[in-house]
Amino acid sequence: MSQRMILGVEDLSVSFDGFKAIDALNFYVEEKEIHVVIGPNGAGKTTLLDMICGKTKPSAGSIRFKGLNLERMLEYQITRAGVGRKFQNPTVYEDLTVAENLEISYPHKRNPLGCLFFRRDAVVLEEMRRIADLVFLTDEMNRKAGQLSHGQKQWLEIGMLLMQDPQLLLLDEPVAGMSARERERTGELLKRIAEGRSMVIIEHDMEFVKSVAHKVTVLHQGKKLAEGSMDRVQNDPRVIEVYLGS
Amino acid sequence: MKGSKLPIACDADNRLEVVLPDNVHPTSISRTVRLGTERLRRLYPIVILAIVLLLVIPAALEPFRLGLVGKYLCFAFCAVGLVLAWGYGGILSLGQGIFFGLGSYIMAMYMKLEATSADPAAAVFGAGGPPVPDFMTWNSVDTLPWWWAPFEHVWFALPAIVLLPSAAAFALAYAIFRKRIGGIYFSIVTMALASIFVLVIIGQQGYTGGTNGITNLPTFLGYSVQSDQAVYTLYYVSAGLLILTILAGTFVLKSRLGKVLIAIRDQEDRVRFSGYDPAMFKAVIFAIAAAFSAVGGALFTLQLGFASPSISGIAPSIEMVIYTAVGGRLSLIGSVYGALLIGGAKSLFSEQFTNGWMYFMGALFIVIPMFLRTGLAGLVSLVSHKKVRAS
Amino acid sequence: MSVDMLLSQIFNGLSLFTILALMAIGLAIVFGLMGVINMAHGELMAMGAYMTYLTSVIFSRWLPGVMGASFLVGIVVAFLTTAAFGLLLETVMIRHLYKRPLDTLLATWGVSLILQQVFRQVFGPINVSVPTASWLQGAWSPMPGLDLPLARVFIIALTLAVALGVYLFLFKSRWGLRIRSVMQNRAMAGAAGINTARVDAVTFAVGCGLAGVAGSALTMIASTGPATGQQYIVDAFIVVVFGGVESLIGTFVSAFMIGQMQSLFEMPFSGSMAKAAILLLVIVALYFRPSGLFSIKVRR
Repeated sequence: MSQRMILGVEDLSVSFDGFKAIDALNFYVEEKEIHVVIGPNGAGKTTLLDMICGKTKPSAGSIRFKGLNLERMLEYQITRAGVGRKFQNPTVYEDLTVAENLEISYPHKRNPLGCLFFRRDAVVLEEMRRIADLVFLTDEMNRKAGQLSHGQKQWLEIGMLLMQDPQLLLLDEPVAGMSARERERTGELLKRIAEGRSMVIIEHDMEFVKSVAHKVTVLHQGKKLAEGSMDRVQNDPRVIEVYLGS
Repeated sequence: MKGSKLPIACDADNRLEVVLPDNVHPTSISRTVRLGTERLRRLYPIVILAIVLLLVIPAALEPFRLGLVGKYLCFAFCAVGLVLAWGYGGILSLGQGIFFGLGSYIMAMYMKLEATSADPAAAVFGAGGPPVPDFMTWNSVDTLPWWWAPFEHVWFALPAIVLLPSAAAFALAYAIFRKRIGGIYFSIVTMALASIFVLVIIGQQGYTGGTNGITNLPTFLGYSVQSDQAVYTLYYVSAGLLILTILAGTFVLKSRLGKVLIAIRDQEDRVRFSGYDPAMFKAVIFAIAAAFSAVGGALFTLQLGFASPSISGIAPSIEMVIYTAVGGRLSLIGSVYGALLIGGAKSLFSEQFTNGWMYFMGALFIVIPMFLRTGLAGLVSLVSHKKVRAS
Repeated sequence: MSVDMLLSQIFNGLSLFTILALMAIGLAIVFGLMGVINMAHGELMAMGAYMTYLTSVIFSRWLPGVMGASFLVGIVVAFLTTAAFGLLLETVMIRHLYKRPLDTLLATWGVSLILQQVFRQVFGPINVSVPTASWLQGAWSPMPGLDLPLARVFIIALTLAVALGVYLFLFKSRWGLRIRSVMQNRAMAGAAGINTARVDAVTFAVGCGLAGVAGSALTMIASTGPATGQQYIVDAFIVVVFGGVESLIGTFVSAFMIGQMQSLFEMPFSGSMAKAAILLLVIVALYFRPSGLFSIKVRR
């Protein structure tokens, strides 16, 4: 693993009832890299993210992140280590306001006692405002998250991730269900927040992928089919076959 | 404030706050006044409750009735705890009677040992060792069990009332929640535990007093608990502690802990990816609810002069849930009114129409979950909102 | 301890097993398949027992000639009454609470309180017992020194027959197919033209009816009072959870184990300590195997 590598997934496998969702996969993410994973339905993209963030336990293989073995850690420990996950369907805390959603995500003493005596001081407030501004939600701070539009929920979830200040973001279809205008804004947003962070993004929208990806990995039936720049991947005959042929 | 051009944020107390432009000095008078009245408005319900409990009820009732209200207040501690655990944490415990019982029995153990050492007849039995309570000698237990001994000290017994039940609750809940068992299964487990608790107390008569419980507890720290004077004192102590408990509960809910709880209740899986261990938080809130119940139990023993398995089983545990449900599962203060109203109704029914009581309770259990999930508190806020809209 | 004593304890355990199994199978259908927590299940059992009692009273007054048939008729009456009550309960209450299991729990507890009071006022606070039919009196001696009361042998046979009937109903009948398809995928079943609301109602009614049969069986080994249901409800829930909520075989085996343990533990311990020990054991066992004894690992 080179110095600039932040995530190293090696020989990773998992099966559900004998079905191999991920099969001996090797997958690396470098520092400050936006790495997009594409592939047909059932290729194992979401399962890969699930395993990195601890939601699913792999049956074999290792997931190394900054010298830690993530496959042996629990979800909240992985999150605290600096991995942030955004789910396919936006999951925000609907009964809390936007401000409270952001506040909860602020990485400070995430134990009961620490939470009991936590105060929203100037530093926290400033950070909340900065992030709200970044994800276009400044005017919605006091609204219940459940009342936001679908696109706004996506943004809020990205904002919650940013509050956590992770070094590695895992985004599952961040522009799904967004209007063209929202997609554009989200693309800019992702590029802006990518500075200093690494990202793994699952996305189907090829225009969007083209505009953000540093590197693209194509998954097919739990295995890596191709990897490289968008151009290279697009012209790979095997990829074309999987997407268009058969 | 909606519609204003000024950006709005929240301050530490979760109140609306206008973020003023840099050129406006933040100590703008109108803002201070607004926040001042806002803060006062928020205090109304607790102030009203304090006036009702500390002034109106003691002035209006004769000692016998006051003693009854004091008893209902004991159960109100459980109801307040259930608002935290069930209303906000989503943990429906059908075993709050266990913790109520633990608090009650710990207090009874202290008082029993106090009564025994004051009774010259009892000293005859514990030859050589500490005196042995009467019910033990009746069951041919001749020496004081080692685990009874520390409870003769008030400095041990009083902290134990809070610490033992909450430690037990924490250990149990953390073990279960860590396994990601929750929801209805946790309810069934707590119900089974309530059943076990009562069975053990009944089965170990020599150490617990069995079905009769621990009785003949005339004094606490040398003061009689049976005089009219004591009824008033204990009533005020109960009411005072209950208000403190509500304030503590409010502090918990207003803090970030309270928000994490709501988040866990609604999206437990997501909370893990915000970096929290939900099992830990649920166990802590369950332990706090247990501590509240235990305080209620201890006060129950002080006021009623006995501890008995009849207040620990499944039926009383579920009854505590309906206090909370009637008052409003999201309202700490509402749950106190719930406990008072149902307690009062129970006394009324038992004096006037005994047969109606079970129908009344049964109907409450059906009507509240089906048609009035937010309880009386929900009804009140509905009415007051309508008023606001009308004005 | 002699072999005879052990055998008779095992037989006692079998009697308890029949009650637990009959109750728990009904509960497993309602709780395991539908996810409904019915706290009034115990009172439905008591209702079945009272119906059996009522039948025997009616027979002894007006049809003393065919008194022998009264128990068999009682079982049918018990099943039909409790199933009809279950149908009513489902329509006016349970149906509106399907998405809220904790609220269902509270509401059905309310039903149980009301039923208890109804029993108390209609049948009186004192326990009633059903006289054993003449053809069930006496004992069966498979070996010298071992007398098995016929009434108990009969309810064991009844339990096995009911279990077989439930199995055939769920896995071999058209209704069973509908029930299973609705439980597995409600939306798909609805789209396939199955009236899911009716399936829910029938499933719930059958589960309640089984509680009624359990009540009939109970009259053979114990008397019935207003609080009878309360005595068994926790055990029944524990049996279902211990067996793995989605497994009928599991429910059956777990009822057998708990019945046997109760009976065997009663020898060294007192009755209440035996029960406490079993509940504790089951909770510990569930801690290590949260989805019950007979669960199948599924993808989550």
